[in-house]
Amino acid sequence: MILLYIILIPVIGALLSWLVSARSVTLCRWIALASLLLDLVIVTGIWLDQGDGGKGWLYNWQAPWIPQFGITLHLAMDGLSLVMLVLTFFLGALSVLVSWNEIRWRAGFFHFNLLFVITGIAGVFLTMDLFLFYFFWEVMLIPMYFLIGIWGHERREYAAYKFFIFTQAGGLLMLLAILGLYFVHAANTGVYTFNYFDLLHTPMARSLSQWLMLGFLIAFVVKLPAVPFHTWLPDAHTEAPTAGSVILAGLLLKTGAYGILRFVLPLFPAAAQDFAPWAMLLGVAGILYGGQLAYAQPDFKRLVAYTSVSHMGFVLLGAFAFNEVAYQGVVMQMITHGISTGALFMLAGVLYERIHTRELSRMGGLWPVLPAMGTVTMIFVMASLGLPGLGNFIAEFLILVGSWQANRPLTVLAAIGLVIATIYSLRIMQKVFFGQTERQFGLPDLNTREWVMLAPLVLVIIWLGVYPKPVLKMLNTARGTLNAARGTLHVAEAPDNTKRMQPSAFSVEPNQ
Amino acid sequence: MLWLIPALPFISALMLISGWRVFTRAAVSIIGCGSIGVSALLTIVLGIQFMQSGQTSAVQHLWEWMQAGNFSAGADLRLDALSLCFAFVITFVGFLIHIYSTGYMAEDADYGRFFACMNLFVGAMLVLVLADNLLLLYFGWEGVGLCSYLLIGFWYKDPANGYAARKAFVVTRVGDTAMAIALFMLFQFTGSLQIQSILDKAPGLWAAGNATVVWIAFLLLGGAVGKSAQLPLQTWLPDAMAGPTPVSALIHAATMVTAGVYLIARMHTLFELAPAAQTGVAIVGAVTLLLAGCSALVQRDIKRVLAYSTISQIGYMFLALGVGAWSAAIFHFVTHAFFKALLFMGAGAVIVAMHHEQDMMKMGGLRKQLPAVYWVFLTGAASLAAIPFITSGFYSKDQIVWLAWSSAQGHTLYWVCAVTGAFLTAMYTFRMVFLTFFGAARNHQHPHTPGPSMMIPLYVLAVLSTVAGFIELPHTLGHVTLFSDFLRPMLPAVQLLQESAALEWASQLLAAGLTFLGIYIAWLWVIRQPEGMKRFAQMPFMQWLRVFWMKGWAFDDVYNALFVQPYVQTARMNRRDMIDRIYTALAAITQWFHDILARTQNGILRYYVMGVVIGAVVILSVLIWKVYV
Repeated sequence: MILLYIILIPVIGALLSWLVSARSVTLCRWIALASLLLDLVIVTGIWLDQGDGGKGWLYNWQAPWIPQFGITLHLAMDGLSLVMLVLTFFLGALSVLVSWNEIRWRAGFFHFNLLFVITGIAGVFLTMDLFLFYFFWEVMLIPMYFLIGIWGHERREYAAYKFFIFTQAGGLLMLLAILGLYFVHAANTGVYTFNYFDLLHTPMARSLSQWLMLGFLIAFVVKLPAVPFHTWLPDAHTEAPTAGSVILAGLLLKTGAYGILRFVLPLFPAAAQDFAPWAMLLGVAGILYGGQLAYAQPDFKRLVAYTSVSHMGFVLLGAFAFNEVAYQGVVMQMITHGISTGALFMLAGVLYERIHTRELSRMGGLWPVLPAMGTVTMIFVMASLGLPGLGNFIAEFLILVGSWQANRPLTVLAAIGLVIATIYSLRIMQKVFFGQTERQFGLPDLNTREWVMLAPLVLVIIWLGVYPKPVLKMLNTARGTLNAARGTLHVAEAPDNTKRMQPSAFSVEPNQ
Repeated sequence: MLWLIPALPFISALMLISGWRVFTRAAVSIIGCGSIGVSALLTIVLGIQFMQSGQTSAVQHLWEWMQAGNFSAGADLRLDALSLCFAFVITFVGFLIHIYSTGYMAEDADYGRFFACMNLFVGAMLVLVLADNLLLLYFGWEGVGLCSYLLIGFWYKDPANGYAARKAFVVTRVGDTAMAIALFMLFQFTGSLQIQSILDKAPGLWAAGNATVVWIAFLLLGGAVGKSAQLPLQTWLPDAMAGPTPVSALIHAATMVTAGVYLIARMHTLFELAPAAQTGVAIVGAVTLLLAGCSALVQRDIKRVLAYSTISQIGYMFLALGVGAWSAAIFHFVTHAFFKALLFMGAGAVIVAMHHEQDMMKMGGLRKQLPAVYWVFLTGAASLAAIPFITSGFYSKDQIVWLAWSSAQGHTLYWVCAVTGAFLTAMYTFRMVFLTFFGAARNHQHPHTPGPSMMIPLYVLAVLSTVAGFIELPHTLGHVTLFSDFLRPMLPAVQLLQESAALEWASQLLAAGLTFLGIYIAWLWVIRQPEGMKRFAQMPFMQWLRVFWMKGWAFDDVYNALFVQPYVQTARMNRRDMIDRIYTALAAITQWFHDILARTQNGILRYYVMGVVIGAVVILSVLIWKVYV
């Protein structure tokens, strides 16, 4: 039941905050914040409760929904879901804080949408029924469309349409693939079900599984996004309000990565294996292409948006490397990228509130005016270029160590991405904080609210870089659940001294 | 206790970063210098304990850093002769440079930020040398890169400084990426990144000359040349002089730039297994020391002379590593740290005295005005130029010159390069001394005399630059081997091919002779015959050569044309993302169809009737065609 509560709390928060906003906007903000913090406390409590976390599935909850079609309300949580949920509510709470002064117009409806996006994301991370998954996938989409379209910057409507059409097109392909899988399973077994665990290991022709796999994969790589489906992202990120950018970069992109790990690889292991070199190639293309575009951007938020394309390339590279080290790196990358990019968008927002521009050419020389902000930005810029000691390094290093075993030329190209990341990341510091000022800004440095939202991010990114063990350990539990799904997989040519991924002894059924 | 050595600088850096509003300058000085001083003391105490204990190494496990699948790396520190030697130089010379900085930076508005970065640097550098596994080493390696970036761009208001800082970071990152790939390979084949376990396993895994180990060694060399500013990644170091002078002394002379030497010495087993890569190290060193020596000869900026000189001296260390003279390389690192830090800080004293003038052509005659600085600078210069018998530079360089020829991997050409380099070194060093301290004063401002906080570190280093050489004397002159014996547990002895006291004498005498010849030419050039020299320099070829060397053999131009411009230009051209054009085109086509179809819905009845008729005619024609033809 606790899983249901996790999803219901933000829904209730959303309705409440909309209702009270007519009376008090401040109260509405507090309700939104409180509901997300409550969820954060719950999931953190679950985490702390786990101790060593040797189990595969931590929680499982099921209720019939439309039994005629084999649709159930099926929620389950493993280490991967748990880690992603902690990230979701952490960034969610911060995005309420970040909008505190920025959003004044129709704040009630804004928070309603914000909390609904988060509900959708939490649902995506928890559901084990494909129909329900598609439902939550769409729940994320529509409120996000409003967030961009109503509270965004100048070109918000264009960006919102673009975002909607891209994701919706991908989502429809996924719906087709889900239905295809549903009917194939029924044809084989006579059982009509959308249950994830039943659909695993559905026997089917190789070519068919390839098509179905592509249906899922395209939906996920559009969301991720991978080149060449990335072009919605810079527009959406740039035009969205700060909270929207944080949610988009920090969480929405991760649902794509999560989908690959949870659905594409376990449901279609063989087809995914066939496609692996191409997927890795797309990943590397994203790393290099996104990095170069980031370097060229004149707009702060757009620059950061393209760095997401580059960093998410690592996710695709690692996910299709089919080994343990890369897999852990991928999940680390999902978390650390969420934090570092979320922080950079927040900083862009904080800066925008002060100087009302995102144009890098109109900034410069801000260090003496905003030294604390400069220091915080420096930390996240360094995280973005993969400096050891900060979380992103752990993620990217593990991914590269893992993908090296799978594909050497592509890994070398991806490693060049580290140099490219240096080039675009340092450009941020130079353009914003160093150099001469064009005009003298008399700006206030970070205030208490901004410290409250940035300090946790700083602490977490350093903690993940210095002592990532708790997270990696939690992911080991997910290893059981994901490996079980991929148990039949034969692993790509692994070199002598590396342990191959063992088919796991975990049972596929969650412990009820 | 070992963990405290790097922890103290880190903690003090953290204090300085977080408390920058609170601390007064005095507090910053105490925290900044004090922490490094305590670290230095701890290093000495631990070092003495370690040497008395007779162990070869001691490992301290702090915590497990990361563990994923079969990959794991701990935050483990390791103390052995090699890391002790580096840690001593880092903390001790670092401490002296910190003291000097309290004087040098006294007027700077960002005093706290300066010490925060410096302490962060010392911490990262200590992690680099104390790391027990390559991943932790990589942590320190990138950490010092960050601090180098922060400190080169310390005076951020000038965009040129920012450019120099970014150049340093990006160019070294190219090398770091090669090194990262070496780590992937090492993990793949040895299943671990723990240094000792790699070194133990390597001879069993690979036969000498095996392609894999050669690749690994070359990739590690790639990392080393980036950090140590050797060919072909040397271009960042001269520009790095944009930072404050204590930074140049600490990071870009004494410690960070020798990280590559440390890495190769640390992984020496791999290089022994990869003769091709080891030859590569020697060739890189030999060529770099000549190219940089020539460039140092024509610079006008006193700090750039020292920067090229640093590149050249590290070239000597690489040459020594390349011929298997491991401990000779480390010995030269130690003496170089002393005398080059001395020279940089002496130059800093001159620069401050001349009201931040760095152009040597505008100096001169300072011997009378700054006698104390003159004497310590001269001591350092003598050591750099390797004046025989009385300077440490002589002993360390002489050893490399001799071993370049006589060791098993030696070659006559290496020896020729080394001796020519010695000649160039003497010439550019004393050209600098003569231009700065001799002749007539070219600038008539009254120079400041540096205070005691700046002079005391210089005196200490002047003494060390002289006496540090006596811990290792050649066969021909007393044959003391204290230093190489100390390093013996970590670094094997050099294998000699020829052993001949007569030849060694001959080599030493020749090198000494060339040193004096170099000084003599510098004297002729600057003091005795400046007019004649000027005429010589006016010749078209010489003028071209001077500009060519001044620009550091035009490497920057080549890289700019080959890498920088293509990257920047394609980025600029593609700023609007050509892939987006596809989708825009798709949208435009849809819009176009929409427009065309929308035009048909115009509300005019006769068009609709016409449409119906045309449609009917077409359908009927098709039907009739089908039926009758």
